[in-house]
Amino acid sequence: MAETAAPATSAQKNLSLRVSPAAPLGAAFEAGSVQGVVELREVPFLTMVGLRVNRNSGAGERVASVTGGLPAGCGSVSGTGNTSVLWLGPEEFLVVAPTEAHESLGGDLIQALREALGGEAGQVVDLSANRTTFELTGPRARAVLEKGCSLDLHSRVLQAGTALSTEIGNIPAVLWKTGDESFRIFPRASFADFLGRWLLDSMREYASPEVP
Amino acid sequence: MLLISCPNCGSRDETEFHYGGQAHVAYPENPNELTDREWAEYLFYRDNTKGAFAERWLHSTGCRQWFNMLRDTVTYEIQAVYPMGSPRPDAAGKVTADTGTASTAADSTTTGNASPDISGTSTSPTSISSTTAPEGATP
Ligand SMILES: [Zn+2]
Repeated sequence: MAETAAPATSAQKNLSLRVSPAAPLGAAFEAGSVQGVVELREVPFLTMVGLRVNRNSGAGERVASVTGGLPAGCGSVSGTGNTSVLWLGPEEFLVVAPTEAHESLGGDLIQALREALGGEAGQVVDLSANRTTFELTGPRARAVLEKGCSLDLHSRVLQAGTALSTEIGNIPAVLWKTGDESFRIFPRASFADFLGRWLLDSMREYASPEVP
Repeated sequence: MLLISCPNCGSRDETEFHYGGQAHVAYPENPNELTDREWAEYLFYRDNTKGAFAERWLHSTGCRQWFNMLRDTVTYEIQAVYPMGSPRPDAAGKVTADTGTASTAADSTTTGNASPDISGTSTSPTSISSTTAPEGATP
């Protein structure tokens, strides 16, 4: 029995042992999702990089050529392929990329960003473990968020492709509208359990038939 | 709840911000030359203004940037939002009838009618300050 699915390398073994911040809620997310109405899941282990650089400097231009641009102002998102850059502040950005982009899995994104920044003023910090990602989708996704987010989330104001750093359910989170009816929410890891439960609670009413 | 117009992000709830106390309190030129009393006054003594008061705010849940704000401590009216390091936009300390209108410098933002120049943001002051229920709350 010893040879069944034994991880070949220590790296694989480490990967199989890791637990995402909202993993204990996985079953609850599945049970609480209402198909075609509002659905919630965790997208674990995305690669995230904290960037601090002046986008008008030489280093900023070099970094932008790696990431596919740096967003110009509040709300905007740039990127190329499956790498996105979210605006967090005038000189602060969050790069979000697939799990495989991480250097522990052979990705070179972080190294490329470090090299682009060079010795100039700024930061490239691996923040992959800082936040987790929730994906909230469905025609009721907006109504769920509106219970705890004071931004105007109506589609005439909040367009798909906008990301804003704000509060959801009284905790700080980055809210990224990825499609007309889909949102990505980035809470800090320590808030993942709270926000996960908060979202489940907010979703609960849509599982019941509508009261006329 | 105050609605504060961040120069970078637009109008947001007060809970997203951190209060930084009185603005324009300069660090003493030569701290070593101060008497204990003068040092204590620099550290701890602040104006307790009734009326327009210049204060610092940090948009801690948003862009994490500091800015200055001129706020009436009686009415809570926000008369001006202006960058750190720039002078107070009104005649300092004097409450005049027209402080809230055209008193700001070119690079600052009034909260009355001008939203910050940010394309693509969701935060126009009018939409946020509405007190009615959000439209999406009902089918
Ligand atoms: Zn801000």
